[in-house]
Amino acid sequence: MLTLTHFLVLAAILFAISVLGIFLNRKNVIVLLMAIELMLLAVNFNFIAFSHYLSDTAGQIFVFFILTVAAAESAIGLAILVVLFRNLQTINVEDLGSLKG
Amino acid sequence: MNWADLNLVPAMPEIFLISALSAILLLDLFISDARRSITYGLSLLTLAGTAALQVYTFEPYAQYTLSNMFVADPLASLVKLAMYGATAMILVYSRQYAADRDMYKGEFFTLALFALFGMNVMVSASHFLSLYMGLELLSLSLYALIALQRDSVPATEAAMKYFVLGALASGLLLYGMSMVYGATGTLEIAAIAKAIHGGSANQLLLVFGLVFLVAGLAFKLGAVPFHMWVPDVYQGSPTAITLMIGAAPKLAAFVFIFRILVQGLDGLTADWQSMLAIMAVLSMAIGNITAIAQTNLKRMLAYSTISHMGFLMLGLLAGNEQGYSSALFYAITYVLTTLASFGVIMALSRAGFECDKLEDLKGLNSRNSWYAALMLLTMFSLAGIPPLVGFYAKFAVIKAIVDIGLVKLAVFAVAMSLIGAFYYLRVVKHMYFDEVQDTSPIVVRGDMQLVLSLNALALLVLGVVPERLIEICVEAMKQSLTVL
Repeated sequence: MLTLTHFLVLAAILFAISVLGIFLNRKNVIVLLMAIELMLLAVNFNFIAFSHYLSDTAGQIFVFFILTVAAAESAIGLAILVVLFRNLQTINVEDLGSLKG
Repeated sequence: MNWADLNLVPAMPEIFLISALSAILLLDLFISDARRSITYGLSLLTLAGTAALQVYTFEPYAQYTLSNMFVADPLASLVKLAMYGATAMILVYSRQYAADRDMYKGEFFTLALFALFGMNVMVSASHFLSLYMGLELLSLSLYALIALQRDSVPATEAAMKYFVLGALASGLLLYGMSMVYGATGTLEIAAIAKAIHGGSANQLLLVFGLVFLVAGLAFKLGAVPFHMWVPDVYQGSPTAITLMIGAAPKLAAFVFIFRILVQGLDGLTADWQSMLAIMAVLSMAIGNITAIAQTNLKRMLAYSTISHMGFLMLGLLAGNEQGYSSALFYAITYVLTTLASFGVIMALSRAGFECDKLEDLKGLNSRNSWYAALMLLTMFSLAGIPPLVGFYAKFAVIKAIVDIGLVKLAVFAVAMSLIGAFYYLRVVKHMYFDEVQDTSPIVVRGDMQLVLSLNALALLVLGVVPERLIEICVEAMKQSLTVL
């Protein structure tokens, strides 16, 4: 039988993978965007699990909004990525180093 | 939901703002580049109209509307009026600056107004969903604004860094919100406070969620250890956009934190108080000490922002009405000072030249003594030297934490602002005692000259007679705290 804890642990694992993906990834900016997406999906998982076990629909409605915002966010993220590639000819995270101090 | 009971009057300013904004978005399609001043004028008119409606619909108590998702209380009204003023001043300051850099486009104005709308929603939110939507509307507009200068390497790089870390912060915040939702079974801030006080909430989930909420909020505010994005973004963005990130959003973030931590998680004050104390100490120390090593003026001001956010958190962690109202006063006057300092930087910049290095200010007094005097006022105010307003802001915050017995923290804050005075005074030294290197004339539009002078002089006037503004802040806070 699946309990709330199972869902929470799975969401926590997904969340941890995405945070690690952001901090450990030194190669590719697209992977960063994927990690951000995964993070929002982990949160959605949490909301749906709570919503189901609390028998309250508010959490599920919140998920719809997060999904919509996530779509807008990746649109902007990819647009910035295209502009960045045009300027630098690379999407390697390590090459983003002109701002230092 | 009963439609007959729907009272939209409290949300009137926002409804007007979004309608006018949509109209400008459409109209701008038919305006040629040469007549962009029409868009500029319409944006300023929209701000004036929104501010007028804000004053007209003001009530000295909290009004809820839109199924309790939206609240209009004196705190929200005060902060919104300050944000309208800040946005209008940014538009005036950046007119020539943006025109010189090929940024004087319709998007510049519509995105700035969308960001303002997002801030308004954040400030007036009484539900996690509206808080999140406002925050995202603000952040997405700012990401796009930074990248507006498409062919600039530092600007696009800053946009990417801000985007990734901003999205990470939203993720942390949302994860925290989901935990609080799981613990209390509701997303409404007032109901969350009730559930925590009633003892029906799951404490473990609640504290777990609180940690993520505080981390996400600290990211947005730019407090140590979540500050890495601040210097890069301040330095890389065009100065007009730096000002849009550094001014009004700080006010919105302050109210955002107030709504979540004070109005929502009031029952966990002891837990978040210690987290804020650690972050305040680190922010003041790292912000002030790292700023000394900077040679870039915008980067130095970014580290100075980090230290000022530490001060702001001191007021919040005092955990009483006096602390919150002094933090509100601090936030408002800090925004005013930031506007003046970046305004001077924009006035000294011209097409093809960014006045963003410390040495660019050398001998400013002999080039133009009026701008040197304005910069002197802002630097003294940031350093907290009487009789400028920065002194009273710091004094009020420190008094609030001494009154709750945190004397050591207060001494530390004073010591750190002494260290901070060094790099502010270094700017003054460059302006008044160093040889001129750059002798090109300073040309500034008349309207900007007037507004910038008034802005910097307001720091002096508010410093001499701060009582009225302090009274307003205390009154606004009192009303917002009685809702609990």
